[in-house]
Amino acid sequence: MNRIITTLLALLLIQFMVVKKVYSEEGEVKDCFEKLNRATFALNMGLDKIIFKPISKGYRKLPSPIRTGTGNALNNLSNLITIPNNILQGDFGSAANNSARLLINTTLGIAGIFDPANSFGFEKREKEDFGQTLGVMGVGEGCYLVLPVLGPTTVRDTIGSLVAMNGGDVWHNITVRDDEEYVREFKESDYWVSRVASGVDFRAKNLEAFDAMEKSSVDLYATVRSLYLQDRKKKINNSSDKTEAMDDGDWDTLENQ
Amino acid sequence: MRILKNIVVSILILFFLISNSWSKSASEFIISLSAEASNILSGKLSEDEKIVRLKEIGKKSVDIDGVGLYTLGKYRKTLNDSQKEQYKELFENYFLKSFSSRLVGYTDAKIAVLSEEIKNEKYTIVFSKLIGTSERPEVKIDWRVYTKDPENPLIRDLVIEGLSLARTQKEEFNSILANNDGNIEVLFKNLNKFLEN
Repeated sequence: MNRIITTLLALLLIQFMVVKKVYSEEGEVKDCFEKLNRATFALNMGLDKIIFKPISKGYRKLPSPIRTGTGNALNNLSNLITIPNNILQGDFGSAANNSARLLINTTLGIAGIFDPANSFGFEKREKEDFGQTLGVMGVGEGCYLVLPVLGPTTVRDTIGSLVAMNGGDVWHNITVRDDEEYVREFKESDYWVSRVASGVDFRAKNLEAFDAMEKSSVDLYATVRSLYLQDRKKKINNSSDKTEAMDDGDWDTLENQ
Repeated sequence: MRILKNIVVSILILFFLISNSWSKSASEFIISLSAEASNILSGKLSEDEKIVRLKEIGKKSVDIDGVGLYTLGKYRKTLNDSQKEQYKELFENYFLKSFSSRLVGYTDAKIAVLSEEIKNEKYTIVFSKLIGTSERPEVKIDWRVYTKDPENPLIRDLVIEGLSLARTQKEEFNSILANNDGNIEVLFKNLNKFLEN
């Protein structure tokens, strides 16, 4: 029943997204629920101020090897989503590289705390998720959304998250969904601990950058929205070297006036 | 026939030398600029003195007027001459304050220039990285250098890990304008409020 409801919801969202894609102006930010999004953003900023920022500051005080080990273990876990998406995107080279990394780092690297795979020539590559795969398949981003606690996303990325939570994420399957025929050692709490730890690790790595952005921004909501959407575009294009920001088109309009 | 061949070869050599001199000047420009900023940031000056020096660097090395006009996007055409002048002045003050306050916290900033790409006679992209420390990961920074006047290259954009600061600024200003029926006075009010704080 749960799956049927999710599928129907996903179909509705896709339909909504396609309609929005057709009617929106090219290059314009599609912030269909801006008022609600701004309210949720204000709520998230409040939560950040009283919960996430202080925790992240505390986390930053931990010795560097502990933070590096935590970051490595979380990165290792993220391969469970990245590998199927590498395959769905037809990037079999990255799928093989990430599978080797997962195998080596989970065993020799003690649950991913260390990264011996790098020394064996399996370098860290970009993370992938179902939202990115939908983007690669040509699905438009749809409207921009801000979710409580989880933060910025788009309709497409929300569908990607729903796919992950409905069988697409092996880590979610063996913890929350209790697929015990393969692994019995993990509990639901392990999943939520890993999600919170990922959030804290990310926040701690960006403490100064976010403070600077907050100080120098005249509309912080719009700044975060712009950065999120640019980042997703960059990740979908897998453009680590050259990005859309390198196009002259936008600047040429200035030249021609 | 041989004369024609010599002319073609000479033109090619000349073109190579000119494009090489552009590329060299853009990279050297970023190297010397980042070294200057790094010296200021790691020096023993007070924070206020550092901000003054950083503003001087920003003023001489960034095409502030160009970036300001770019950030207005489609609203650029709606401004009259007096509004343009007012915006120009406000944007310069806003940019310099924002730029210097963002940078002043980085006391150990070291930039390594990696390579560059000459896009055309107007733009060269210089690829670099901010060297990582135990507190901060390595950060990729690409500089859009405006080389229309090769003797006086100017920065038009900084692309940090693929995210364009100019585009972000443009979307920020455009959001304010879009939510206020394109009324430029509201943007002026916001910029003035920022400058007063």
